[in-house]
Amino acid sequence: MSTIHESRPADALRAGDRQADERASAQKPLGGIAGWMDDRLGAAKGVSFLAKKVFPDHWSFMLGEIAMYSMIICLLTGAFLTFWFVPSASPVVYDGSYVPLQGVTMSDAYRSTLGISFDIRGGLLIRQIHHWAALIFVVSVFVHMARVFFTGAFRKPREINWVFGTILSMLAAIEGFAGYSLPDDLLSGTGIRAMNGFVQSVPIIGSYMAYFIFGGAFPGEAIIPRLYSAHVLLIPAILVGLFTAHILLVFVHKHTQFPGPGRTNRNVVGYPLLPVYIAKAGGFFFIVFGVIALISAVVTINPIWAYGPYDPSAITAGSQPDWYMGFADGALRLLPGWLEFETFGFTWSMNIFPGSILLLPIMWGIIGAYPFVEAWVTGDKREHHLLDRPRNAPTRTAIGVAGISMYLVLFLAAGNDIMAIKLHLSINDITQVLRLLFFVAPVVTFWITKRICLSLQRADRQKVLHGRETGTIWRYADGRFEEIHAPLTPEERWPLVQHESLAPLQLSVTKDANGVDNPVSRKQRRRARFSHFYFNDRVAPPTPAELEAEHHAHEHVAAPTGEHEAIEAAGAAQERETIKADKHRG
Amino acid sequence: MNDHETTEPGQDGQGAALVPAASHDHETLPASLVTDPDHFANPGLPPHVHRAADDYPAAAKRAERQVATMFGLSMLFTLVFLVSYFAIPDEATFFFPGIGLAKTQNVVLGLSLGFAIFLIGIGAVHWAKTLMSDVEMVEERHAQASTPEQRAKAVTTVSEGVASTQVNRRPLIKYSLGGALGLFALPLGLQVAGSLGPVNVEELKHTIWDPKDNGGKPIRLMRDPEMTPIRLDEVTNGSVFHVMPETLQKYIDEGKGVLEAKAKAAVILMRLDPDLITVPKAKDWGVDGVLAYSKICTHVGCAVGLYEQQTHHLLCPCHQSTFDVTQDCKVIFGPARRPLPQLKIIVDDAGYLVAPQGFMEPVGPSFWERAR
Amino acid sequence: MNALAARRRHPAAIAVLLLLGLLVTGGAYSFLAPKDAKAAAPTAAADAVAQGKDLFVANCATCHGVQAQGTKSGPSLVGVGAASVDFQVGTGRMPLPGPNIQAPKNKVKFDDEQIAALAAYVAQLGPGPSVPDSKYTTVLQPGTTENNKAIAEGGEIFRVNCAMCHNFAGAGGALTRGKYAPSLQETSPRHIYEAMVTGPQSMPVFNDMNLSPEAKQKVISYLKAQEAETNVGGLTLGNLGPVSEGLFAWVFGLGILIGCAVWLGKKAA
Repeated sequence: MSTIHESRPADALRAGDRQADERASAQKPLGGIAGWMDDRLGAAKGVSFLAKKVFPDHWSFMLGEIAMYSMIICLLTGAFLTFWFVPSASPVVYDGSYVPLQGVTMSDAYRSTLGISFDIRGGLLIRQIHHWAALIFVVSVFVHMARVFFTGAFRKPREINWVFGTILSMLAAIEGFAGYSLPDDLLSGTGIRAMNGFVQSVPIIGSYMAYFIFGGAFPGEAIIPRLYSAHVLLIPAILVGLFTAHILLVFVHKHTQFPGPGRTNRNVVGYPLLPVYIAKAGGFFFIVFGVIALISAVVTINPIWAYGPYDPSAITAGSQPDWYMGFADGALRLLPGWLEFETFGFTWSMNIFPGSILLLPIMWGIIGAYPFVEAWVTGDKREHHLLDRPRNAPTRTAIGVAGISMYLVLFLAAGNDIMAIKLHLSINDITQVLRLLFFVAPVVTFWITKRICLSLQRADRQKVLHGRETGTIWRYADGRFEEIHAPLTPEERWPLVQHESLAPLQLSVTKDANGVDNPVSRKQRRRARFSHFYFNDRVAPPTPAELEAEHHAHEHVAAPTGEHEAIEAAGAAQERETIKADKHRG
Repeated sequence: MNDHETTEPGQDGQGAALVPAASHDHETLPASLVTDPDHFANPGLPPHVHRAADDYPAAAKRAERQVATMFGLSMLFTLVFLVSYFAIPDEATFFFPGIGLAKTQNVVLGLSLGFAIFLIGIGAVHWAKTLMSDVEMVEERHAQASTPEQRAKAVTTVSEGVASTQVNRRPLIKYSLGGALGLFALPLGLQVAGSLGPVNVEELKHTIWDPKDNGGKPIRLMRDPEMTPIRLDEVTNGSVFHVMPETLQKYIDEGKGVLEAKAKAAVILMRLDPDLITVPKAKDWGVDGVLAYSKICTHVGCAVGLYEQQTHHLLCPCHQSTFDVTQDCKVIFGPARRPLPQLKIIVDDAGYLVAPQGFMEPVGPSFWERAR
Repeated sequence: MNALAARRRHPAAIAVLLLLGLLVTGGAYSFLAPKDAKAAAPTAAADAVAQGKDLFVANCATCHGVQAQGTKSGPSLVGVGAASVDFQVGTGRMPLPGPNIQAPKNKVKFDDEQIAALAAYVAQLGPGPSVPDSKYTTVLQPGTTENNKAIAEGGEIFRVNCAMCHNFAGAGGALTRGKYAPSLQETSPRHIYEAMVTGPQSMPVFNDMNLSPEAKQKVISYLKAQEAETNVGGLTLGNLGPVSEGLFAWVFGLGILIGCAVWLGKKAA
């Protein structure tokens, strides 16, 4: 590990400090509490090891932190809420302070939530922080997942972490569903009714499963306490366990980093845990908490008092689940009814069962399996600690965007009635268009994204070979106008040329010496085809030889004046100096 | 190290292997930094650029003051929270632009808590950015895999341990252990699964509209939620009534099982011009164009309450299943498959609407045994 | 060169110019845009019915027929009652400016006297619901035990009969084929009553035998209590439910936090 400690002018501020004796401090015994702990835990080695750990800096690495911190905020505020929430569906008559519901019969769960919102000082604030933090938790999990996907951070050795993350994201969504259903209001109760409906639709065992889960007929009095157990005990336990493993693996593998000068696949460049990362990451926890608290102070979320208590014969227009379950609700709106059929008196609800119960494991299964599929297709068995710029993995990026487009179609379908009234459209038209888009959008977005990535790669090539456009136009003595291109500095150039351009796997031997076809297994052939699909249309980064050739070609063209290069170099150098001067001003 | 090399030929067996047609390995930096024509060389860490606080003591002092101010403000906001918690009455409201009439307590407590926390965060981050050393450090990575020696040692230790158990020489132990471990969780699973709830799937086919629940007598239609009976002449053309059976009253009086009964008994009653009704059975089961249908959607069970008077369509707001009342509630759009079950109604001697026979098929969402 | 000219190449200059352009064109349009055509003034008539008939012939007969018998463009108004007219004309839905998926709330084109005249004319065409007694359109204010109970009962009736179309807060909801149940906010109690009792367009009829006048008053009082109550949690985001909350979390929640993260990662000056 090499560190460069330059002496900074600001160190003059420390002139008055008592000088520590260097030698003595190396052998100074640990005093006080630290010594007491080390005597019992032998933690000194671990502490110095951890404190020196280096973490790279990029804003997109904070997305996972937003998720972690929002989860912690949910745990904290959730614990508070358990002091006042009553997880019981027994009917009670409301006599709290909210006038429009006085005298109304409702479940005790709903009543206690009204109590938290109106009769516990600060209760509404804690409830809103809890719910906003939950929404932001799932938002940041999805965005974090997308970042990891598009930069290829799931490659070896991080496949296990990707799988853990996939499970975490699925559990986060289910946890949220359980959580917002606890108050037993009209909106979330309708969601539970729908859940009962899709459990019932499972072939063969559906009606039994529904009775098991609800402890009898719908709604019953068991579902609220059971959701409570799941929400407060079972799922948080798994979430905490998995995310601890998730973080531990990040420590063990060390964080990935974006390519850049000085960054290789064999190092991590960044700042040490102590003090920089403790300050930044710790500070970021307070930032996330603070922002969520500020939002909760001024923006209402889940106004259960306005929805009213759950009643199976009432419903509100605009019945949607929280956003992260939107894709499943949308799938149910888009799947056509004719998919349900009867055989020998048994009903197969293929319009409900695949779109609800099956959709979650299918979607998350595909996501979880992706690293292994990509590894098989590319044949890449190396460790990767340098991230890919998304443009440099065009097929992967395009697959990701296509997947997101399918998700978005389903997600938008869940809001079709809100879109209809706000945009003055017909819900029937929106539904039909989205049904079509579900199949068309991934194909179109795949193609468009791949083309964009390849174009960006070509633009990068151009930048390396021809330099950066400066916007300065020179007029030569012979009347020619030319825009000056500043050649890239090695630091600017490096991120554009460092990536590798993998070629498709090919069957090495297709025919033997006598011209007989090699009986290669179907699997190998299939793999070669996938690999071809994956790596076809690739744009290789420029090599030094190409750059040299380009310069020589330029020279020949500009030969008459001979000043071209000199001007180029001078202009570029000037610019760099000016920039530097600005930075230091003030 | 192995991990940094490209795929080895022959790894996939069967002689003919898949090999990358061309590949680069950028991990090994060439000895000379500039002469390799095939790859650019990593230029190495750029020189560190000083920040203002590194060079100018005044800037450092300013940064210190800024950080301290943020922490100080945080303490102030904490104080505001503590005071407001006791000082602001519960019913206090004030006008907040954008929100309208806002609850003072919630806004003040929330903003003060939020800022108190937020300021600690930005103070700490600003401190790190301006004053803490921002010289980039480099830490070497080690290959993730253990060295062959470590692996060999692990293999030896484990195989010695396994050998000492003699399990491979004693298949009786091996198989009986497998059996015991494989089975021991079953009792736990059985306790949970077996006791999760009474399973009475036949109940799904029954509603409290069944005259057997009323001593064989037809059941009166009652307004929901008032629970008052409905006369035929009260249902005028274009009206919609939300209906519950009179048998619900005893559940309401006992205070038990109300929602479970309602969840299958909800009915919607409409009156339209009888000439518009195209299905004879639908017309017969109504009275003068007054028709009663189950309000529980046959998709996943939401209440189908939206009746469009002019088009005679019933719309479910959950997933937009649309039922045409003039065609016996046939599904004309949306994900539902089956029409809403109709409830036959007649007029009793006193002029009230009654249901003589209950539903002739299970109401609500489909399930496996529904048609049996 | 003066200060303005010195900044002519400032990056914000384009934004300022665009803004100025928008303001000028927008302002000029609203200033110069043609006003709505005034409703045809009635000839002086002492009798309200006669006045109503004149207004009717001038403004409504084109679509509803000279004797209000109905044409291809508009239904018959015989038997719709004064309540319908008071509602439709009083909320500006009628006269309908042009073909539309349904008649939306609009600028009211007549004054109260004219509306009353039209209503009187239509009422005498055939028996129908009349304008409600002000006894039932008075909003019961929360505060007394009796009123509180009435408001709570109004809420229960609202949730069973109205929320499925108009949404739990009366913010409006979608119907099929582009139709919609409009927002109930900022609608007068009398108009709400009249809509319930006449069942305009897609809305079913809630006659006084289904929901008694007292029940209607409770529903109206519940709605108005909800409108007037403190927004305890803060901004309501339109009372549209989880869709707007999710949008807010993605755009503002994530946006602010990513902004903070970008700031965190940037090198200090």
